[in-house]
Amino acid sequence: MSRLGANLAACLGLGLMAGIVLLAVVGPFVHRTDPWSREGNRFEPPGGRFVLGTDHQGRDVLAGLVVGAKSSLLVGVAATAMILLIGLTVGIAAGYRGGWLDETLMRITEFFQILPAFLFAMVVVAIFSPWIWTIVLAIGASNWAGTARIIRAQFLSLRERDYVLAARALGVGDLRIIVREILPNALPPVIVNASLTVGVAILFEAGLSFLGLADPNVMSWGYMIGASRTFLRDAWWPVTFPGLAIFASVLALSLVGDWLNDVLNPRSKE
Amino acid sequence: MLLVLGAITLNFLLIHLAPGDPALMLAGEAGGASEETLKAIRADFGLDEPLVQQLLVYVGKLGRGDFGFSYFYNASVLSLIGERVPQTMLLASASLVFAWTVGLTFGVLVARRPTSLGGNVLSVVSLFGYAMPVFWSAIMLLLLFAVKLPWFPTHGMTTVGLSGGLGARALDVAHHLVLPMLSLGFIFIAIYSRLTRAGMVEVLASDYIRTARSKGLGEWRVVVVHALRNALLPVITVAGIQLGQVVAGAILVETVFSWPGMGRLAFDSILRRDYPLLMGILFFSSLAVIVFNFLTDICYGWLDPRIRYR
Repeated sequence: MSRLGANLAACLGLGLMAGIVLLAVVGPFVHRTDPWSREGNRFEPPGGRFVLGTDHQGRDVLAGLVVGAKSSLLVGVAATAMILLIGLTVGIAAGYRGGWLDETLMRITEFFQILPAFLFAMVVVAIFSPWIWTIVLAIGASNWAGTARIIRAQFLSLRERDYVLAARALGVGDLRIIVREILPNALPPVIVNASLTVGVAILFEAGLSFLGLADPNVMSWGYMIGASRTFLRDAWWPVTFPGLAIFASVLALSLVGDWLNDVLNPRSKE
Repeated sequence: MLLVLGAITLNFLLIHLAPGDPALMLAGEAGGASEETLKAIRADFGLDEPLVQQLLVYVGKLGRGDFGFSYFYNASVLSLIGERVPQTMLLASASLVFAWTVGLTFGVLVARRPTSLGGNVLSVVSLFGYAMPVFWSAIMLLLLFAVKLPWFPTHGMTTVGLSGGLGARALDVAHHLVLPMLSLGFIFIAIYSRLTRAGMVEVLASDYIRTARSKGLGEWRVVVVHALRNALLPVITVAGIQLGQVVAGAILVETVFSWPGMGRLAFDSILRRDYPLLMGILFFSSLAVIVFNFLTDICYGWLDPRIRYR
Protein backbone atom coordinates (compact mmCIF):
# COMPACT_ATOMS: atom_id res chain seq x y z
CA MET A 1 0.00 0.00 0.00
CA SER A 2 1.16 3.54 -0.54
CA ARG A 3 2.78 5.58 2.23
CA LEU A 4 -0.25 7.87 2.47
CA GLY A 5 -2.68 4.95 2.55
CA ALA A 6 -0.69 3.32 5.35
CA ASN A 7 -0.71 6.55 7.35
CA LEU A 8 -4.44 7.00 6.87
CA ALA A 9 -5.05 3.42 7.95
CA ALA A 10 -2.86 3.89 11.04
CA CYS A 11 -4.72 7.09 11.98
CA LEU A 12 -8.08 5.38 11.50
CA GLY A 13 -6.94 2.46 13.63
CA LEU A 14 -5.58 4.59 16.45
CA GLY A 15 -8.64 6.86 16.34
CA LEU A 16 -11.07 3.92 16.55
CA MET A 17 -9.00 2.38 19.31
CA ALA A 18 -9.05 5.62 21.31
CA GLY A 19 -12.82 5.87 20.79
CA ILE A 20 -13.45 2.38 22.11
CA VAL A 21 -11.18 2.78 25.12
CA LEU A 22 -12.93 6.07 25.85
CA LEU A 23 -16.32 4.35 25.54
CA ALA A 24 -15.21 1.68 28.00
CA VAL A 25 -13.52 3.96 30.54
CA VAL A 26 -15.47 7.23 30.43
CA GLY A 27 -18.76 5.91 29.00
CA PRO A 28 -20.12 4.48 32.27
CA PHE A 29 -19.76 7.88 33.97
CA VAL A 30 -21.48 9.82 31.18
CA HIS A 31 -24.24 7.37 30.33
CA ARG A 32 -25.36 6.03 33.69
CA THR A 33 -28.11 3.65 32.59
CA ASP A 34 -28.33 0.08 33.84
CA PRO A 35 -28.03 -2.12 30.73
CA TRP A 36 -30.21 -4.84 32.32
CA SER A 37 -33.19 -2.74 33.46
CA ARG A 38 -36.36 -1.98 31.52
CA GLU A 39 -36.01 1.67 30.58
CA GLY A 40 -38.66 2.16 27.91
CA ASN A 41 -41.11 0.30 25.69
CA ARG A 42 -40.04 -2.66 23.57
CA PHE A 43 -38.38 -1.83 20.27
CA GLU A 44 -38.23 1.94 20.54
CA PRO A 45 -36.42 2.95 17.36
CA PRO A 46 -33.06 4.73 17.51
CA GLY A 47 -32.99 8.51 17.42
CA GLY A 48 -35.99 8.96 19.70
CA ARG A 49 -35.80 8.95 23.47
CA PHE A 50 -32.96 6.44 23.21
CA VAL A 51 -30.08 7.26 20.89
CA LEU A 52 -29.66 3.67 19.75
CA GLY A 53 -33.17 2.44 20.60
CA THR A 54 -34.34 -0.31 22.96
CA ASP A 55 -34.47 -4.10 22.62
CA HIS A 56 -37.26 -6.65 23.14
CA GLN A 57 -37.20 -6.11 26.90
CA GLY A 58 -37.11 -2.33 26.67
CA ARG A 59 -33.42 -2.24 27.61
CA ASP A 60 -31.31 0.66 26.40
CA VAL A 61 -29.01 -0.52 23.58
CA LEU A 62 -26.50 2.28 24.14
CA ALA A 63 -26.12 1.29 27.81
CA GLY A 64 -25.38 -2.27 26.72
CA LEU A 65 -22.81 -1.00 24.24
CA VAL A 66 -21.05 1.07 26.93
CA VAL A 67 -20.87 -1.73 29.49
CA GLY A 68 -20.08 -4.31 26.78
CA ALA A 69 -17.05 -2.28 25.69
CA LYS A 70 -15.52 -2.76 29.10
CA SER A 71 -16.08 -6.51 29.21
CA SER A 72 -14.87 -7.01 25.63
CA LEU A 73 -11.65 -5.11 26.25
CA LEU A 74 -11.13 -6.78 29.61
CA VAL A 75 -11.51 -10.28 28.17
CA GLY A 76 -9.41 -9.36 25.13
CA VAL A 77 -6.52 -8.02 27.19
CA ALA A 78 -6.68 -10.66 29.94
CA ALA A 79 -6.79 -13.52 27.43
CA THR A 80 -3.86 -12.00 25.53
CA ALA A 81 -1.89 -11.73 28.77
CA MET A 82 -2.53 -15.41 29.39
CA ILE A 83 -1.58 -16.30 25.81
CA LEU A 84 1.66 -14.34 26.21
CA LEU A 85 2.40 -16.10 29.48
CA ILE A 86 1.93 -19.58 28.00
CA GLY A 87 3.57 -18.55 24.72
CA LEU A 88 6.63 -17.11 26.43
CA THR A 89 7.06 -20.10 28.72
CA VAL A 90 6.71 -22.68 25.95
CA GLY A 91 8.50 -20.60 23.31
CA ILE A 92 11.51 -19.76 25.48
CA ALA A 93 11.85 -23.27 26.86
CA ALA A 94 11.70 -24.77 23.35
CA GLY A 95 13.76 -22.16 21.54
CA TYR A 96 16.46 -21.61 24.13
CA ARG A 97 16.93 -25.17 25.32
CA GLY A 98 16.32 -26.97 22.04
CA GLY A 99 16.82 -30.74 21.85
CA TRP A 100 14.19 -33.17 23.08
CA LEU A 101 12.39 -30.47 25.03
CA ASP A 102 11.94 -28.47 21.83
CA GLU A 103 10.79 -31.58 19.99
CA THR A 104 8.18 -32.46 22.63
CA LEU A 105 6.89 -28.93 23.13
CA MET A 106 6.58 -28.35 19.38
CA ARG A 107 4.55 -31.56 18.98
CA ILE A 108 2.13 -30.30 21.61
CA THR A 109 2.03 -26.85 20.01
CA GLU A 110 1.34 -28.37 16.61
CA PHE A 111 -1.55 -30.30 18.10
CA PHE A 112 -3.09 -27.16 19.57
CA GLN A 113 -2.65 -25.39 16.26
CA ILE A 114 -4.64 -28.02 14.40
CA LEU A 115 -7.32 -28.42 17.07
CA PRO A 116 -10.53 -26.55 16.12
CA ALA A 117 -9.85 -23.70 18.55
CA PHE A 118 -13.34 -22.25 18.81
CA LEU A 119 -14.99 -25.60 19.42
CA PHE A 120 -12.37 -26.36 22.07
CA ALA A 121 -13.06 -23.05 23.78
CA MET A 122 -16.80 -23.79 23.64
CA VAL A 123 -16.30 -27.16 25.33
CA VAL A 124 -14.08 -25.69 28.05
CA VAL A 125 -16.60 -22.95 28.87
CA ALA A 126 -19.52 -25.40 28.76
CA ILE A 127 -17.83 -27.87 31.11
CA PHE A 128 -16.69 -25.32 33.65
CA SER A 129 -19.36 -22.78 34.44
CA PRO A 130 -19.68 -19.74 32.16
CA TRP A 131 -17.86 -17.20 34.28
CA ILE A 132 -15.82 -14.33 32.86
CA TRP A 133 -12.49 -15.87 33.98
CA THR A 134 -13.39 -19.29 32.58
CA ILE A 135 -13.97 -17.55 29.26
CA VAL A 136 -10.53 -15.93 29.52
CA LEU A 137 -9.04 -19.33 30.38
CA ALA A 138 -10.77 -21.01 27.45
CA ILE A 139 -9.66 -18.38 24.94
CA GLY A 140 -6.11 -18.50 26.30
CA ALA A 141 -5.93 -22.28 26.28
CA SER A 142 -7.12 -22.50 22.67
CA ASN A 143 -5.06 -19.71 21.08
CA TRP A 144 -1.53 -19.78 22.50
CA ALA A 145 0.08 -22.00 19.85
CA GLY A 146 0.82 -19.34 17.22
CA THR A 147 2.40 -17.00 19.77
CA ALA A 148 4.56 -19.81 21.18
CA ARG A 149 5.83 -20.61 17.68
CA ILE A 150 6.78 -16.99 16.98
CA ILE A 151 8.67 -16.70 20.26
CA ARG A 152 10.43 -20.02 19.71
CA ALA A 153 11.54 -18.97 16.23
CA GLN A 154 12.93 -15.71 17.65
CA PHE A 155 14.85 -17.45 20.41
CA LEU A 156 16.14 -20.10 18.06
CA SER A 157 17.70 -17.50 15.77
CA LEU A 158 18.89 -15.10 18.49
CA ARG A 159 20.54 -17.56 20.86
CA GLU A 160 23.49 -18.07 18.51
CA ARG A 161 24.14 -14.35 18.00
CA ASP A 162 27.57 -13.02 18.89
CA TYR A 163 26.40 -10.85 21.75
CA VAL A 164 24.69 -13.82 23.37
CA LEU A 165 27.77 -15.97 22.95
CA ALA A 166 29.86 -13.14 24.39
CA ALA A 167 27.59 -12.88 27.42
CA ARG A 168 27.78 -16.62 27.92
CA ALA A 169 31.57 -16.56 27.67
CA LEU A 170 31.57 -13.93 30.42
CA GLY A 171 29.78 -16.41 32.62
CA VAL A 172 26.36 -14.70 32.64
CA GLY A 173 23.61 -17.02 33.88
CA ASP A 174 20.87 -18.44 31.62
CA LEU A 175 18.05 -16.50 33.21
CA ARG A 176 19.92 -13.22 32.83
CA ILE A 177 20.76 -13.99 29.20
CA ILE A 178 17.13 -14.80 28.45
CA VAL A 179 15.66 -11.77 30.17
CA ARG A 180 18.32 -9.12 29.56
CA GLU A 181 19.96 -10.12 26.28
CA ILE A 182 17.54 -12.05 24.09
CA LEU A 183 14.05 -11.00 25.19
CA PRO A 184 14.31 -7.28 24.32
CA ASN A 185 15.43 -8.20 20.80
CA ALA A 186 12.80 -10.90 20.42
CA LEU A 187 9.90 -8.66 21.34
CA PRO A 188 8.94 -6.64 18.19
CA PRO A 189 7.11 -9.43 16.32
CA VAL A 190 5.60 -10.56 19.62
CA ILE A 191 4.12 -7.11 20.24
CA VAL A 192 2.64 -6.96 16.73
CA ASN A 193 1.21 -10.43 17.23
CA ALA A 194 -0.22 -9.44 20.62
CA SER A 195 -2.28 -6.62 19.12
CA LEU A 196 -3.79 -9.05 16.61
CA THR A 197 -4.36 -11.57 19.41
CA VAL A 198 -6.47 -9.08 21.38
CA GLY A 199 -8.69 -8.82 18.28
CA VAL A 200 -8.99 -12.59 17.98
CA ALA A 201 -9.81 -12.85 21.68
CA ILE A 202 -12.56 -10.23 21.30
CA LEU A 203 -14.02 -12.21 18.37
CA PHE A 204 -13.90 -15.41 20.42
CA GLU A 205 -15.59 -13.78 23.39
CA ALA A 206 -18.28 -12.36 21.10
CA GLY A 207 -18.86 -15.75 19.47
CA LEU A 208 -19.04 -17.56 22.81
CA SER A 209 -21.44 -15.11 24.37
CA PHE A 210 -23.50 -15.09 21.17
CA LEU A 211 -23.99 -18.84 21.64
CA GLY A 212 -25.18 -18.22 25.20
CA LEU A 213 -21.88 -19.15 26.82
CA ALA A 214 -21.46 -15.79 28.51
CA ASP A 215 -21.14 -14.90 32.16
CA PRO A 216 -24.80 -14.24 33.04
CA ASN A 217 -23.77 -11.27 35.20
CA VAL A 218 -21.70 -9.48 32.57
CA MET A 219 -23.30 -7.56 29.69
CA SER A 220 -21.45 -8.19 26.46
CA TRP A 221 -21.83 -7.35 22.77
CA GLY A 222 -22.10 -10.97 21.70
CA TYR A 223 -24.84 -11.62 24.25
CA MET A 224 -26.83 -8.63 22.94
CA ILE A 225 -26.70 -9.98 19.39
CA GLY A 226 -27.60 -13.50 20.50
CA ALA A 227 -30.52 -12.33 22.64
CA SER A 228 -32.00 -10.03 19.99
CA ARG A 229 -31.50 -12.05 16.83
CA THR A 230 -34.84 -13.86 17.12
CA PHE A 231 -36.58 -10.46 16.98
CA LEU A 232 -34.92 -9.45 13.74
CA ARG A 233 -38.28 -8.87 12.07
CA ASP A 234 -39.30 -6.36 14.73
CA ALA A 235 -36.08 -4.46 15.21
CA TRP A 236 -32.76 -4.36 13.40
CA TRP A 237 -30.98 -2.02 15.79
CA PRO A 238 -30.34 -4.21 18.86
CA VAL A 239 -28.45 -6.61 16.57
CA THR A 240 -26.73 -4.15 14.26
CA PHE A 241 -25.06 -1.76 16.71
CA PRO A 242 -23.24 -4.29 18.93
CA GLY A 243 -21.99 -6.00 15.76
CA LEU A 244 -20.64 -2.71 14.48
CA ALA A 245 -18.88 -2.23 17.81
CA ILE A 246 -17.17 -5.64 17.55
CA PHE A 247 -16.26 -4.95 13.94
CA ALA A 248 -14.80 -1.54 14.81
CA SER A 249 -12.73 -2.92 17.71
CA VAL A 250 -11.22 -5.79 15.75
CA LEU A 251 -10.63 -3.54 12.73
CA ALA A 252 -8.87 -0.99 14.95
CA LEU A 253 -6.63 -3.63 16.52
CA SER A 254 -5.72 -5.03 13.12
CA LEU A 255 -4.84 -1.58 11.73
CA VAL A 256 -2.82 -0.78 14.87
CA GLY A 257 -1.04 -4.12 14.41
CA ASP A 258 -0.08 -3.18 10.83
CA TRP A 259 1.15 0.18 12.03
CA LEU A 260 3.20 -1.35 14.85
CA ASN A 261 4.70 -3.70 12.32
CA ASP A 262 5.75 -0.74 10.15
CA VAL A 263 7.25 1.05 13.13
CA LEU A 264 8.96 -1.89 14.83
CA ASN A 265 10.13 -3.88 11.79
CA PRO A 266 10.82 -1.24 9.15
CA ARG A 267 12.58 -3.80 6.97
CA SER A 268 9.69 -6.23 6.69
CA LYS A 269 7.63 -6.00 3.52
CA GLU A 270 4.45 -7.83 2.71
CA MET B 1 -1.55 -40.95 14.53
CA LEU B 2 0.10 -39.12 17.39
CA LEU B 3 -2.34 -36.27 16.83
CA VAL B 4 -5.31 -38.62 17.09
CA LEU B 5 -3.98 -39.95 20.39
CA GLY B 6 -3.53 -36.36 21.50
CA ALA B 7 -7.16 -35.60 20.71
CA ILE B 8 -8.31 -38.61 22.70
CA THR B 9 -6.13 -37.71 25.68
CA LEU B 10 -7.41 -34.15 25.63
CA ASN B 11 -11.03 -35.30 25.67
CA PHE B 12 -10.20 -37.66 28.51
CA LEU B 13 -8.48 -34.95 30.53
CA LEU B 14 -11.39 -32.56 30.01
CA ILE B 15 -13.82 -35.12 31.40
CA HIS B 16 -11.68 -35.55 34.49
CA LEU B 17 -10.76 -31.91 35.01
CA ALA B 18 -14.41 -30.93 35.04
CA PRO B 19 -15.77 -30.17 38.47
CA GLY B 20 -17.91 -32.94 39.93
CA ASP B 21 -18.23 -36.64 39.34
CA PRO B 22 -16.97 -37.78 35.89
CA ALA B 23 -19.78 -40.32 35.78
CA LEU B 24 -22.33 -37.53 36.12
CA MET B 25 -20.49 -35.71 33.38
CA LEU B 26 -20.56 -38.71 31.06
CA ALA B 27 -24.27 -39.11 31.70
CA GLY B 28 -24.94 -35.49 30.83
CA GLU B 29 -26.65 -33.30 33.41
CA ALA B 30 -29.85 -32.94 31.44
CA GLY B 31 -30.22 -36.70 31.29
CA GLY B 32 -31.45 -36.73 34.87
CA ALA B 33 -29.35 -39.83 35.37
CA SER B 34 -30.55 -42.29 37.98
CA GLU B 35 -28.17 -43.96 40.45
CA GLU B 36 -28.43 -47.13 38.38
CA THR B 37 -27.29 -45.44 35.17
CA LEU B 38 -24.39 -43.86 37.03
CA LYS B 39 -23.37 -47.24 38.40
CA ALA B 40 -23.49 -48.71 34.92
CA ILE B 41 -21.34 -45.88 33.57
CA ARG B 42 -18.81 -46.28 36.38
CA ALA B 43 -18.46 -49.96 35.65
CA ASP B 44 -18.41 -49.36 31.90
CA PHE B 45 -15.62 -46.78 31.96
CA GLY B 46 -13.77 -48.44 34.85
CA LEU B 47 -13.98 -45.24 36.86
CA ASP B 48 -12.92 -47.03 40.05
CA GLU B 49 -9.65 -48.14 38.45
CA PRO B 50 -6.46 -46.00 38.42
CA LEU B 51 -6.34 -43.11 35.94
CA VAL B 52 -3.99 -44.77 33.43
CA GLN B 53 -6.23 -47.81 33.29
CA GLN B 54 -9.18 -45.51 32.66
CA LEU B 55 -7.40 -43.84 29.77
CA LEU B 56 -6.74 -47.23 28.18
CA VAL B 57 -10.40 -48.18 28.56
CA TYR B 58 -11.39 -44.88 26.97
CA VAL B 59 -9.00 -45.29 24.03
CA GLY B 60 -10.30 -48.80 23.51
CA LYS B 61 -13.89 -47.60 23.46
CA LEU B 62 -13.18 -44.90 20.88
CA GLY B 63 -11.17 -47.39 18.84
CA ARG B 64 -14.24 -49.61 18.61
CA GLY B 65 -16.27 -46.63 17.42
CA ASP B 66 -18.06 -46.24 20.75
CA PHE B 67 -18.25 -42.49 21.28
CA GLY B 68 -20.66 -42.64 24.18
CA PHE B 69 -24.38 -42.27 24.54
CA SER B 70 -26.51 -39.17 24.55
CA TYR B 71 -29.13 -39.59 27.24
CA PHE B 72 -31.06 -36.63 25.96
CA TYR B 73 -31.67 -38.01 22.47
CA ASN B 74 -31.56 -41.59 23.71
CA ALA B 75 -29.23 -42.49 20.86
CA SER B 76 -25.55 -43.19 20.44
CA VAL B 77 -23.32 -40.18 19.82
CA LEU B 78 -21.90 -41.77 16.68
CA SER B 79 -25.30 -42.12 15.02
CA LEU B 80 -26.31 -38.57 15.99
CA ILE B 81 -23.15 -37.12 14.51
CA GLY B 82 -23.42 -39.34 11.45
CA GLU B 83 -26.89 -37.96 10.73
CA ARG B 84 -25.55 -34.40 10.72
CA VAL B 85 -22.27 -34.82 8.87
CA PRO B 86 -23.66 -34.66 5.29
CA GLN B 87 -25.41 -31.32 5.87
CA THR B 88 -22.29 -29.73 7.36
CA MET B 89 -20.15 -31.19 4.58
CA LEU B 90 -22.52 -29.66 2.04
CA LEU B 91 -22.34 -26.24 3.68
CA ALA B 92 -18.58 -26.32 4.26
CA SER B 93 -17.67 -27.58 0.79
CA ALA B 94 -20.04 -25.15 -0.95
CA SER B 95 -18.53 -22.27 1.04
CA LEU B 96 -14.98 -23.37 0.37
CA VAL B 97 -15.60 -23.86 -3.36
CA PHE B 98 -17.19 -20.42 -3.44
CA ALA B 99 -14.27 -18.86 -1.55
CA TRP B 100 -11.73 -20.67 -3.72
CA THR B 101 -13.35 -19.63 -6.98
CA VAL B 102 -13.70 -15.99 -6.05
CA GLY B 103 -10.39 -15.83 -4.17
CA LEU B 104 -8.31 -17.48 -6.89
CA THR B 105 -9.87 -15.45 -9.70
CA PHE B 106 -9.39 -12.25 -7.77
CA GLY B 107 -5.83 -13.12 -6.79
CA VAL B 108 -4.83 -14.00 -10.36
CA LEU B 109 -6.40 -10.84 -11.77
CA VAL B 110 -4.67 -8.60 -9.24
CA ALA B 111 -1.33 -10.37 -9.74
CA ARG B 112 -1.48 -9.96 -13.52
CA ARG B 113 -2.36 -6.30 -13.51
CA PRO B 114 -1.11 -4.93 -10.20
CA THR B 115 -3.00 -1.65 -10.20
CA SER B 116 -3.38 0.23 -6.97
CA LEU B 117 -7.16 -0.04 -7.26
CA GLY B 118 -7.13 -3.84 -7.29
CA GLY B 119 -4.66 -3.92 -4.42
CA ASN B 120 -6.71 -1.51 -2.36
CA VAL B 121 -9.95 -3.40 -2.94
CA LEU B 122 -8.14 -6.54 -1.83
CA SER B 123 -6.84 -4.88 1.34
CA VAL B 124 -10.27 -3.60 2.27
CA VAL B 125 -11.97 -6.94 1.57
CA SER B 126 -9.35 -8.76 3.68
CA LEU B 127 -9.84 -6.39 6.57
CA PHE B 128 -13.62 -6.80 6.45
CA GLY B 129 -13.39 -10.57 6.24
CA TYR B 130 -11.03 -10.59 9.19
CA ALA B 131 -12.72 -8.13 11.50
CA MET B 132 -16.42 -8.90 11.04
CA PRO B 133 -17.72 -11.56 13.40
CA VAL B 134 -19.09 -14.28 11.12
CA PHE B 135 -22.33 -14.69 13.06
CA TRP B 136 -23.00 -10.98 12.73
CA SER B 137 -22.35 -10.77 8.99
CA ALA B 138 -24.61 -13.82 8.65
CA ILE B 139 -27.37 -12.02 10.55
CA MET B 140 -26.87 -8.90 8.44
CA LEU B 141 -27.25 -10.94 5.23
CA LEU B 142 -30.33 -12.55 6.73
CA LEU B 143 -31.74 -9.14 7.60
CA LEU B 144 -31.15 -7.72 4.12
CA PHE B 145 -31.91 -10.62 1.80
CA ALA B 146 -34.42 -12.67 3.73
CA VAL B 147 -36.30 -10.23 5.98
CA LYS B 148 -36.23 -6.85 4.21
CA LEU B 149 -36.06 -8.31 0.70
CA PRO B 150 -37.71 -11.72 0.86
CA TRP B 151 -35.48 -13.33 -1.78
CA PHE B 152 -34.14 -16.20 0.29
CA PRO B 153 -35.60 -18.37 3.07
CA THR B 154 -34.72 -17.36 6.63
CA HIS B 155 -33.90 -20.76 8.08
CA GLY B 156 -33.60 -24.48 7.60
CA MET B 157 -32.45 -26.51 4.65
CA THR B 158 -35.71 -27.53 2.99
CA THR B 159 -39.19 -26.11 2.61
CA VAL B 160 -41.60 -28.05 4.78
CA GLY B 161 -44.20 -29.95 2.79
CA LEU B 162 -42.58 -29.36 -0.57
CA SER B 163 -43.73 -31.82 -3.19
CA GLY B 164 -41.96 -32.43 -6.44
CA GLY B 165 -39.23 -34.44 -8.05
CA LEU B 166 -35.56 -34.68 -7.21
CA GLY B 167 -34.74 -31.64 -9.34
CA ALA B 168 -37.22 -29.42 -7.51
CA ARG B 169 -35.90 -30.60 -4.16
CA ALA B 170 -32.26 -30.02 -5.08
CA LEU B 171 -33.18 -26.54 -6.25
CA ASP B 172 -34.95 -25.93 -2.94
CA VAL B 173 -31.86 -26.96 -0.95
CA ALA B 174 -29.67 -24.78 -3.16
CA HIS B 175 -32.00 -21.86 -2.52
CA HIS B 176 -31.65 -22.40 1.23
CA LEU B 177 -27.90 -22.79 0.88
CA VAL B 178 -27.13 -19.41 -0.72
CA LEU B 179 -27.03 -17.16 2.34
CA PRO B 180 -25.21 -19.57 4.71
CA MET B 181 -22.69 -20.28 1.96
CA LEU B 182 -22.03 -16.59 1.34
CA SER B 183 -21.61 -15.86 5.05
CA LEU B 184 -19.20 -18.70 5.68
CA GLY B 185 -17.31 -18.34 2.39
CA PHE B 186 -16.78 -14.61 2.77
CA ILE B 187 -14.22 -14.94 5.58
CA PHE B 188 -11.96 -17.09 3.42
CA ILE B 189 -12.08 -15.10 0.17
CA ALA B 190 -9.58 -12.58 1.43
CA ILE B 191 -6.96 -15.04 2.62
CA TYR B 192 -7.12 -17.12 -0.57
CA SER B 193 -6.85 -14.13 -2.87
CA ARG B 194 -3.90 -12.69 -0.92
CA LEU B 195 -2.02 -15.98 -1.01
CA THR B 196 -2.79 -16.51 -4.69
CA ARG B 197 -1.59 -13.02 -5.51
CA ALA B 198 1.63 -13.44 -3.55
CA GLY B 199 2.30 -16.83 -5.15
CA MET B 200 1.44 -15.68 -8.66
CA VAL B 201 3.64 -12.58 -8.51
CA GLU B 202 6.58 -14.76 -7.54
CA VAL B 203 5.91 -17.54 -10.05
CA LEU B 204 5.17 -15.23 -12.99
CA ALA B 205 8.66 -13.76 -12.65
CA SER B 206 10.39 -17.15 -12.92
CA ASP B 207 12.33 -18.55 -15.87
CA TYR B 208 10.03 -21.36 -16.88
CA ILE B 209 7.18 -18.90 -17.40
CA ARG B 210 9.39 -16.93 -19.78
CA THR B 211 10.14 -20.21 -21.59
CA ALA B 212 6.44 -21.01 -21.85
CA ARG B 213 5.72 -17.56 -23.20
CA SER B 214 8.55 -17.74 -25.72
CA LYS B 215 7.19 -21.06 -26.96
CA GLY B 216 4.23 -19.01 -28.07
CA LEU B 217 1.70 -20.51 -25.69
CA GLY B 218 -1.47 -18.51 -25.20
CA GLU B 219 -1.53 -16.14 -22.25
CA TRP B 220 -4.29 -18.00 -20.39
CA ARG B 221 -2.59 -21.33 -20.87
CA VAL B 222 0.56 -19.89 -19.35
CA VAL B 223 -1.26 -18.34 -16.42
CA VAL B 224 -3.67 -21.12 -15.58
CA VAL B 225 -1.78 -24.28 -16.48
CA HIS B 226 1.82 -23.28 -15.82
CA ALA B 227 1.78 -20.60 -13.18
CA LEU B 228 -1.32 -21.25 -11.10
CA ARG B 229 -0.38 -24.84 -10.39
CA ASN B 230 2.74 -23.77 -8.57
CA ALA B 231 1.18 -20.74 -6.98
CA LEU B 232 -1.41 -23.04 -5.39
CA LEU B 233 0.95 -24.69 -2.91
CA PRO B 234 0.74 -22.05 -0.17
CA VAL B 235 -3.02 -21.78 -0.70
CA ILE B 236 -3.41 -25.49 -0.01
CA THR B 237 -1.21 -25.36 3.08
CA VAL B 238 -3.32 -22.62 4.58
CA ALA B 239 -6.56 -24.34 3.56
CA GLY B 240 -5.46 -27.34 5.61
CA ILE B 241 -4.48 -25.33 8.65
CA GLN B 242 -7.64 -23.24 8.50
CA LEU B 243 -10.10 -26.09 8.50
CA GLY B 244 -10.45 -25.58 12.23
CA GLN B 245 -11.77 -22.11 11.48
CA VAL B 246 -14.24 -23.57 9.01
CA VAL B 247 -15.58 -25.72 11.84
CA ALA B 248 -15.92 -22.66 14.07
CA GLY B 249 -17.58 -20.66 11.31
CA ALA B 250 -19.96 -23.51 10.53
CA ILE B 251 -21.10 -23.71 14.17
CA LEU B 252 -21.98 -20.02 14.22
CA VAL B 253 -23.49 -19.84 10.73
CA GLU B 254 -25.56 -22.98 11.26
CA THR B 255 -26.87 -21.48 14.49
CA VAL B 256 -27.96 -18.30 12.70
CA PHE B 257 -29.70 -20.09 9.82
CA SER B 258 -30.94 -23.13 11.79
CA TRP B 259 -29.02 -25.27 9.33
CA PRO B 260 -29.44 -28.88 10.52
CA GLY B 261 -25.73 -29.75 10.70
CA MET B 262 -23.08 -30.58 13.30
CA GLY B 263 -22.70 -26.96 14.39
CA ARG B 264 -26.37 -26.72 15.21
CA LEU B 265 -26.03 -30.02 17.08
CA ALA B 266 -23.11 -28.56 19.07
CA PHE B 267 -25.19 -25.51 19.96
CA ASP B 268 -28.11 -27.66 21.11
CA SER B 269 -25.85 -29.95 23.11
CA ILE B 270 -24.47 -26.93 24.97
CA LEU B 271 -27.96 -25.68 25.80
CA ARG B 272 -28.83 -29.12 27.15
CA ARG B 273 -25.48 -29.71 28.83
CA ASP B 274 -25.27 -32.91 26.81
CA TYR B 275 -21.56 -33.47 27.47
CA PRO B 276 -21.04 -36.85 25.80
CA LEU B 277 -22.40 -35.43 22.57
CA LEU B 278 -20.31 -32.27 22.88
CA MET B 279 -17.13 -34.28 23.50
CA GLY B 280 -17.99 -36.51 20.55
CA ILE B 281 -18.34 -33.47 18.30
CA LEU B 282 -15.02 -32.05 19.50
CA PHE B 283 -13.26 -35.35 18.89
CA PHE B 284 -14.88 -35.86 15.51
CA SER B 285 -14.05 -32.37 14.28
CA SER B 286 -10.44 -32.74 15.43
CA LEU B 287 -10.28 -36.02 13.56
CA ALA B 288 -11.70 -34.38 10.42
CA VAL B 289 -9.11 -31.61 10.58
CA ILE B 290 -6.26 -34.10 11.07
CA VAL B 291 -7.43 -36.21 8.12
CA PHE B 292 -7.84 -33.13 5.96
CA ASN B 293 -4.30 -32.01 6.78
CA PHE B 294 -3.03 -35.42 5.80
CA LEU B 295 -4.86 -35.10 2.47
CA THR B 296 -3.33 -31.69 1.78
CA ASP B 297 0.08 -33.26 2.35
CA ILE B 298 -0.73 -35.76 -0.37
CA CYS B 299 -1.91 -32.96 -2.63
CA TYR B 300 1.55 -31.40 -2.38
CA GLY B 301 3.23 -34.36 -3.97
CA TRP B 302 0.67 -34.37 -6.73
CA LEU B 303 0.97 -30.65 -7.48
CA ASP B 304 4.72 -30.49 -7.12
CA PRO B 305 6.40 -33.77 -8.05
CA ARG B 306 9.68 -32.54 -6.53
CA ILE B 307 8.17 -33.21 -3.12
CA ARG B 308 8.43 -36.91 -2.37
CA TYR B 309 7.51 -38.79 0.74
CA ARG B 310 9.52 -41.66 2.01
